[in-house]
Amino acid sequence: MSKTQVATCINGDTHEFLCETHQTLLDVLRHELDLTGSKEGCATGDCGACSVMLDDRLVCACLVLGVEVDGKEIETIEGMSSGSGLHAIQQKFIDLAALQCGICTPGVLVATKALLTKNKNPSEKEVRFWLAGNLCRCTGYDKIVRAVLEVAADMRNA
Amino acid sequence: MEYVTPKSASEASQALSQEGAFALAGGTDLLVKLKTRFVSPSVIVDIKHIPNIMTIKQSAEGWWIGAATPCAEIVEHDSLSKDWPGVVEALSLIGSTQIQGRATLGGNLCNASPAADSIPALIAAGATCVISGQVKEREEPVEKIVTAPGVTTLGKGEFIIGFKLPIPKNRSGDAYLRLIPRSEMDIAVVGAGVSLSLSEDGKIEAIRVALGAIAPTQVLLSGLEDIFIGKEPNDDAIQKLVSLAEKACKPIKDKRGTIEYRTKIAGVLAKRAFGIALKRANNY
Repeated sequence: MSKTQVATCINGDTHEFLCETHQTLLDVLRHELDLTGSKEGCATGDCGACSVMLDDRLVCACLVLGVEVDGKEIETIEGMSSGSGLHAIQQKFIDLAALQCGICTPGVLVATKALLTKNKNPSEKEVRFWLAGNLCRCTGYDKIVRAVLEVAADMRNA
Repeated sequence: MEYVTPKSASEASQALSQEGAFALAGGTDLLVKLKTRFVSPSVIVDIKHIPNIMTIKQSAEGWWIGAATPCAEIVEHDSLSKDWPGVVEALSLIGSTQIQGRATLGGNLCNASPAADSIPALIAAGATCVISGQVKEREEPVEKIVTAPGVTTLGKGEFIIGFKLPIPKNRSGDAYLRLIPRSEMDIAVVGAGVSLSLSEDGKIEAIRVALGAIAPTQVLLSGLEDIFIGKEPNDDAIQKLVSLAEKACKPIKDKRGTIEYRTKIAGVLAKRAFGIALKRANNY
C-alpha cells in the first residue's frame, strides 16, 4: 500500500505525516497525531462531532481524506484555548451547563466559533440552523443555543 | 488505493480513464460510499487542483461556476445570488453547514440522486455543464446528464469541470422549494425549480419548471409554452401548471411520503415556486 507524504499546519504548528489514501483527516488527527479532541460519532458526516476548520471553512474531518490536506491550514478544538485559559465560548458552555456527556461538545464549540466569526449577532433561528449538523443526544439543544447567544452578546460587548 | 492530484483537465481525464478510478471533489458522497464499501476505487483522482474548477466568474457570456466550488462559497457570492437566487437557495439546502463547506455542484449532479436539490434548480435555470474528456471538451444541458438513480451519461475519463448560466434578462426570476419532513438535515420529498422571464408589459416570455424526487430522474416539464408564453399569468394557467406537475410524477413510496402525497406536493411546490419566481422577476 503506497503512502503519501503530507505537510500541513494544525493550530499554527507544522505537522508532517505519511498517510494512506483511505485514512480520513479524522483518522490522522486522532490516531497519527494524538489530537483526540475531535470525536468520531457517525463517521459519515451526519453528526458534526469531528467538526474542524479547513482553510477557514467548517467541515467534518471524517469527510476529508488525510492526503487532501497537504499545504492546508487546520484548526481543531485543541487550538481553541490559549495557554491555560479557556476560550470565552468554552467557559460559557461550562457556566451554562451546555454539555453533558461531552462527545458532541468539541464539534459544537468549533462550529460555534465559526458562526461567531462570520456573524457576531446571530438570531436564535440562525444559531439553530447553523448548528443543525451538530447532533447532541443529551442536552435537547436548548442550553447549547442559550450559551451561544449569551457568549455572542458577551463577545460583542467585550 | 492510490491518490493523484492532476494539475490539468487532460491529465485528470487520463487518470480517470483507468479501471477503478473515481473523481474526488468535495467528498461528501464519495467518502461515505468508501466507508460503507459501496465503492472500492483503485485510484482516487482529486480534481480540485485543475484551473477554474473552483472559481466563480462573470463575463459578457454569463456565469461560470467551477464544478468543485464548495456550496458555502457559492452562497457567499452576492452578485451570483442576485442573478440566480433560486439556484443558490437550492444548493444552500444541501446538508449541514459542515457539508456546505465541502459539497459541490459537480458532485451533486454526478451522484445522480433523484432527490438532489441543486439539479431541478439548475435545469429550470437552463444551466449547461462543461464536460472534460480524453479527446475533447463538450457542453451539455444539465437535464442530459442523469439517466437513472446513480447513473449519468458521462463516459470513461469524463468529468464535469464547470457550469454555465446566462446573465438573466431584465424581469427574470427563479426559485426553488423543497419539502422535507423536518426543518433541516433531511433529503427532499419533492423539490421544484422554476425560472421565468417577463416582457415589459408583464407577459411571460420564457418559463422552465423542473421537479425533483418525484421520478427516477429530475423532470423538466413540457407543455408549458401553450399555457404561459405571451400571456399574463392567471389562476387558470397556474392550475394547469399544477396538473402538469402532478402528471409528471412517478414517485417511489417510502418513509418520507406516499405516492399520493408526493404527487400532491409536487403541484403545490410548483405553484408556490412559480409565485416566488414571478415576484422576483417583477423586481429584477
